[in-house]
Parts: sequence; C-alpha cells; structure tokens
Amino acid sequence: MTAANMFLDAAAEAGYYALFGRSSGPQIRGGEAAALVRLGVEPITSVDDTFDIMLAIDWQGVQRFAAELPLSKNSIVICDPSAGDVPDVYVKTGAKIVHLHMKDLAKEIPGGRPNMIALGAVAELIGIPVGPLTEVLGKSLKKKRADAYEASVAGVKAGAAAAATLGGAKRLAAAKAKDAKRWTVTGNYGAGLGAIRGGVRFCAAYPITPATEVLEYLASALPKVGGVFVQAEDELASINMCLGASYGGEASITSTAGPGLSLMTEGLGLAVASETPVVVVDVQRVGPSTGIATKCEQSDLNIAVYGLHGDAPHLVVAPNSVGDCIFTTQWGVYLAESLQTACLVMSDQALGQSRAIIDAPADVAFVGKRLVAEAPAEGEVFKRYANTASGISPMPVPGQPGCQYTSDGLEHTETGTPSSQSSDHTLQLDKRQRKLTNFDYGNHWATIEGEGDIAVITWGSCTGAAREAVARAKADGINAKLISLRLISPIRPQHLADALKGVSKILVVEQSHQGQFTRYLRGEYDLPVKPESLSRSGPLPMRPGEIHARLLSMGK
Amino acid sequence: MSSCDSTATYAAKDFKSDVKPVWCPGCGDYAVLSSITKAFADLGLKPHETSVVSGIGCSSRIPAYTNTYGIHSIHGRALAVGQGLKLARPDLTVMVAGGDGDGFSIGGNHFLHACRRNVDLTYIVMDNRVYGMTKGQPSPTTESDWDASAMAPPGGTGMTPFHPLAIALASGANFIARGFSGDPNGTAQIIAEAIRHPGFSFVAIMSPCITFREEQRDWKNTMRNVNIEPTTDPAQAARRLMTDDGFNCGILYRGNRPAYGKEKKATNAVSDLDREFTL
Ligand SMILES: Cc1ncc(C[n+]2csc(CCOP(=O)(O)OP(=O)(O)O)c2C)c(N)n1
Ligand code: SF4
Repeated sequence: MTAANMFLDAAAEAGYYALFGRSSGPQIRGGEAAALVRLGVEPITSVDDTFDIMLAIDWQGVQRFAAELPLSKNSIVICDPSAGDVPDVYVKTGAKIVHLHMKDLAKEIPGGRPNMIALGAVAELIGIPVGPLTEVLGKSLKKKRADAYEASVAGVKAGAAAAATLGGAKRLAAAKAKDAKRWTVTGNYGAGLGAIRGGVRFCAAYPITPATEVLEYLASALPKVGGVFVQAEDELASINMCLGASYGGEASITSTAGPGLSLMTEGLGLAVASETPVVVVDVQRVGPSTGIATKCEQSDLNIAVYGLHGDAPHLVVAPNSVGDCIFTTQWGVYLAESLQTACLVMSDQALGQSRAIIDAPADVAFVGKRLVAEAPAEGEVFKRYANTASGISPMPVPGQPGCQYTSDGLEHTETGTPSSQSSDHTLQLDKRQRKLTNFDYGNHWATIEGEGDIAVITWGSCTGAAREAVARAKADGINAKLISLRLISPIRPQHLADALKGVSKILVVEQSHQGQFTRYLRGEYDLPVKPESLSRSGPLPMRPGEIHARLLSMGK
Repeated sequence: MSSCDSTATYAAKDFKSDVKPVWCPGCGDYAVLSSITKAFADLGLKPHETSVVSGIGCSSRIPAYTNTYGIHSIHGRALAVGQGLKLARPDLTVMVAGGDGDGFSIGGNHFLHACRRNVDLTYIVMDNRVYGMTKGQPSPTTESDWDASAMAPPGGTGMTPFHPLAIALASGANFIARGFSGDPNGTAQIIAEAIRHPGFSFVAIMSPCITFREEQRDWKNTMRNVNIEPTTDPAQAARRLMTDDGFNCGILYRGNRPAYGKEKKATNAVSDLDREFTL
C-alpha cells in the first residue's frame, strides 16, 4: 500500500489523474491486500472493466481477489518466479505472464525492497519517468531516513531498467503538464472537509468501517477551527449528542455505516419532529446486518428514505464522485441548517475509501445558516414552531433572552407545548413537509450530462461507470443522457420530468439486489416509460462494460 | 411567562412555565420541580442561560414546566443530548433530568459513560422504582420481590435492584448525592451544590409514584437526612454507599476530577484545511 500510494503521488506529479481503491482480506491489519489503480489524462470517476497490468509481489491469499481483479488476454501479469506458480484463475484469463526477479534485484541493493523494484517497473511500463518517483520518495523519506531514500531510489531505478527489457509496455498518453490546482483526496476525508466548509463545528461519532476515516479527519480538523469532536459510546449517543449540540446552535454531524444508521433512526425522527438540524454521512457497505464491512453496495437507500417511523420528511442527498463528497456534504449541511431537519448524506465505500487525483474543487458559498429568532414583543409568547408560509420557523440559540422553548419530539402546538389535537398534528405535519417541498434546491438536485433518447438514471458511485458507458455507447452511435440524482429526497417531479423530455427509454443503474433505487423511482415519480433496471448487489463494483452492453441492446 | 434581561435577578417562580403538569395529583415530581427552580434561583442563574434536558417518562416531562431552554428528547437518550449541548455550549448551565427507567434501563449505557466522561453538568433522576408513564412495570431499581404489576411474575422479578449511586461512583461520577421529594428545601440545596460542583454531578431524588407504588407514601417516614461531611475519598464513599439502605439523603461523595473538555479555540481558518489536499 505504501508503494501504491507513492505510485499515485508520482502519477499526480507527472500530471495524470487517478483513482485508487484498495481491497484487503478479512484481516484488520496486515495480510494480503491489493491496490487497484487507474490512471488517465482526463479525470477518472470509474473503475475499468479489466486491468492492463497486474503486478504480483507474491501470491499469498490471492484467490480471494480474483473476482475483483478482472484481467483479459490483453493484460500482462508481472510476477516473481521465486513466489511460485501463477494461480490458475489468472492463467485462464489468457493474460501475458512475464517474470521480474524482484526479490533478487532487491537483494543486490543494500537495504533494497521488492516493492520499490515493483514500483519502478510499473512506472516504466506505463511511461511515468523516474523523476517524479524520486521526487515523491524524497518527500516522504529523504529527511527522515537518508539511507532508506537511497535504497528506494536505487530500487526504483533497477526496477525501471529491468522492466524496459520485458516488453508489453502499456504506455499512457502523455499527460499535460502538472496543473498546480490539483488535489488528492479520499471521499471520506472530502466529506469531512465539506462538513467543515459548510459550517460544522461539532461531531460525535462511533467508529465503523468504512466510515471511520470521516471521523479521523474530523477528530483532527475540527479542533483547529474551534470545533469539538467526541467519541461517543455508541451510535445512539452520537446522534443524540449531535442533536444536543445542534440545539445549542452548532452545526453538527456524525458519520456511520448501515448498522449504525439502524441505531440512529429514532434520533433522526427526533431531529425531524423537533426541527433540529443534523447531518449523518452514511458510508454504505454491503448489508444486511454486518454484511461485508469493507465492500460497497447501495442498499441503504430504503432505510435512508423510509427508515423513520411516522410521517417524517427529511433530506437524503448523495455524492456521485470522490470529489463530489466534498460538495455534497457541504450542501447537505447547508440544507439541514436552512431547513432545520435531518439530512442523510449517502456516500458509499467505493467513494469514501477511494483516493483520487482531481481538479481543485471550487470553494462554494454554501454555509449553513439558520433562520434566527427574535424575542417576541412584551406580553407575547414565543412561537418556536410558528406556522410560517415557507414552513421554516425562526430558531433561537440558547442564551437568547425571551425565546426559551422546549424542543420536543412529542407533537406540539406552535409554541412547542405537547398536544394530541389532530389540528396541531396536521398543521405541524404540513409545515414540516412544506418546508422541504417548496425549497429551491437550484440545479444541484442532479448531475445531468449529454442528450439522447435513452436516459440512464443512477446515483452514487455507479455514476462514474454509467458516465463511461454512455461515452462508449456514443462512440457506437447510441446517444444517451446521464442523470445522476444528488437530491434523493424530497423528490423533484417537475425537474425530472423536464430532464426526461424527449426520452423514450430509461435505464436505471444501481448496486442493490432488490433494485431499491429502481423501486424508489417507480414508486415516487411518474416516469414517462417503464424503466429497465440494471441492478445487482455488491461487493463487486459496477463496471462500465456491463452498462454499455445493456445500452447496446436497448439502442437496437 | 416573564421576560428576561441580562441584569435582572430571578425568583424560583420565574423559572416555572405556564404549562400545567400532566402529573397525578400527589406525584413526587411536583416537589422536585420546585427544588430545581429554587436551586436555579438561589444560584442567581438566568432562565435564558439555563437548560433542562430529558428523555421520556412522567418525570421527563419536566423541561416543559420550566421557563428555561429545554429539550424533551427520546427515551433513554437524555444524557447523550445533554452532553452534546454542554460540549457545544460550555457557557450554558445544563441540567439533565428523568426517571429510573429512562436513565438506568434503556439509557443505562449512557449513564456509565457520562459518569466516566465527566462533562460538567448535573443529572437528576427522579427515582420511583417503577415505570410510571407506561403504567407500573418494574424498573431497574424496583425491589426484587415487588409483584404488584401486570408485567411482573408472582413473587417479583427476582432480579437484584440496580444501585445507581454505587454504580455512579464506580464509573467515575464526580459528585454523588441523594435527595427526597418530601424535603424540597434540603433537595434544593443539594441540587445547587451539584450544579456548582465541576464535572458530572449525579443526584438521585427519591420521588414517590403514588399511583403505581402507593406504599411509597410511607417514604416520608423512612427517608432521613444524614448530614454527614461529604467524602472526597472514593473508598470511603464506596463503604458508605454499600452499607446504605437507600434512605440516607445528603451529599455522599465529592470528587476532584477535572471536568471533560478542552477550551474551544480556532487556530486555523477553514481555508487552511485545503493545504492538506493540494498537490
Ligand atoms: C424506545 C422507547 N421504548 C419504550 C417507550 C415507552 N416508555 C415511555 S416512558 C417509559 C418508562 C418510564 O419510566 P421512568 O423512566 O422510570 O419514568 P417515570 O414515568 O416513572 O417518571 C417507557 C418504557 C418509549 N417511549 N420509547
Ligand atoms: S404515574 Fe406515578 S410517576 Fe407518573 S405522574 Fe402519576 S404518580 Fe407521578
């Protein structure tokens, strides 16, 4: 993984864009792991159908990764003969197998390591010059350990020299000069940054894969900007601590995955009923139950949209690229604060735990701002849940004289006094729905690209694969329009109807065994035609080829 | 409802709201409400800088009956909500209040960790050894042989009652006291001390449920004020609590652990955070 991260840094240094995911066995630390990297001269938002190069340092536990490492006869497998025979699954792919004596080459260098030989070799095959590699090695090693730096540089050079004689180079198009305005970020760190940009200054959370990095980021970044991070005893505590902090006037966030989201649902209902802003980043993984903790699936959609008891309108938004985790989380904070309700940011493992080289994200102006209350005139009672035209009621910050109120999950009157009257209940239900339905979400409700008579509707990490499939279909003369929903709930019926004008076929793409997103669209929207659904479970990522194949058959 | 300004001083009645409690006539919780509002007034607090946070139960209705800021949250989560509020707003006086079911059964885990965490707030449990709101089931503090409940087996649950004070001590609470609703002035004094004491202060107030535990009317004859010097020694406090019959009122332990939480201080602008990501 160290070598892979260095490789990515070097590629970035050389001017390439990249997407880097990782896969590891069931062990928590150490043990077998695979670094999955894709490079290009344009931004990359999806994995490809197959890998061009597989470099195996050893074959330990490698069967486990076979399904995640698709190869073709155009691929090459580089391996060390001293590590033993190439397993059958890889031989069967027809990939070209070449030998590189990584261990022996490393032995010739004092302090040399096989992974540096490998790093040099891959860089050579792809066409990344040694310069950026030594630059990156220098940044991480030179100051701390000069001897390790020398050994690594020698290793990288030896690896490159050996690879030059191997044949089978997969050279990339030359990159444009490195753009000073590029970023390297993971979706999870990006979500943390977006939260702070949006105004979050409080986070209480409980660790869970694959959301933990959101928390790690916030634990270190929040104190720097005057915020507070607390490790809670469980998810029941984290959501409720966030609600307390939010009531106190601080924009608050927590992050979790499916099992934790299940525990939080009662607290989310309280946020809705008491109109307390709160944001939860759900980094989805394979469910149900503990499922497959380290792999991606988009199967928390139902609980996100429908998981709260009672009629509980709230916000559900979803980032659709690694970089978009920054924007969408920031936007989610802005929406939660503006609308005084819960906002679920539905990220997923493929976005959260992938690292990407991206163009610097714009510092957008969405900073959460509540409608603040003013003290009522002498003799008048403060109405915390006032029935305003927008549905949004002014919200005081404790400490403000004259506006004391009790925030309540019990149904209440406009002043907040508990009430079981049907008139109060309908009034508050209408108000809580109205504020969401009538809000102006601008053009951020979806990412829409291209034109065509087929529409591909998707969300989250499937967006990258769908985008690539649409581009391939276009090259085949089939025009499709990509619609990736960022605002999942509330629905935008008019906006989607407009986007679907002139479309005669719809393909819904998602990673869920039950087709949760397809069902959601069919249940909530009046679609002009019955959509086809390309939905399948995780843990394997959606690949462009499978969507492309479907578009080809639909375009016939 | 009285208006508030920053120079005025407030009497106990200024801390009460106009909302009429739903409690049964004779419920111990009325007196607890009076003790709390008296303590607030005695400390010179201001309603708009004070907050009362609760969960769900008869006793948890209390925020609506005060004229402070308040949160009536969900069953068992009051301590989590209250700690979040205090950590976000260290300038506010935060009181968390509720029942024995709310605090020790569904919310038991939060109780342990709130004691350990030691956030500077006061937690009041109105202990009636029963679930009042759901009509009389045994709670964690119910005597093991109590069986006058539709949900209890004949002869009672047979389960050892939870010892909130001993558990608070073992878990790290910084101030431990017991009060009785039948002695509102004594209880008000204990509450005021609890608020003043830094860190997590726990006050169990024996507060009879005259509807489902009629026999608790007799508590006025059994509860006694011990008037002993509060100890700072956990070992001595442990002995005191473990030999206690549950009827001793007073401040039983005063710890000296520093309260949780660092001062909030921004050292960076938000835009400085970008640096970590730029190539
Ligand atoms: C999640 C959940 N489970 C159950 C309930 C039902 N419930 C409401 S109050 C209560 C018990 C209250 O007992 P206690 O906390 O001792 O308060 P008291 O009413 O005696 O003051 C229960 C079980 C609920 N509101 N929420
Ligand atoms: S049921 Fe018991 S605890 Fe509830 S209000 Fe009545 S007397 Fe008080």
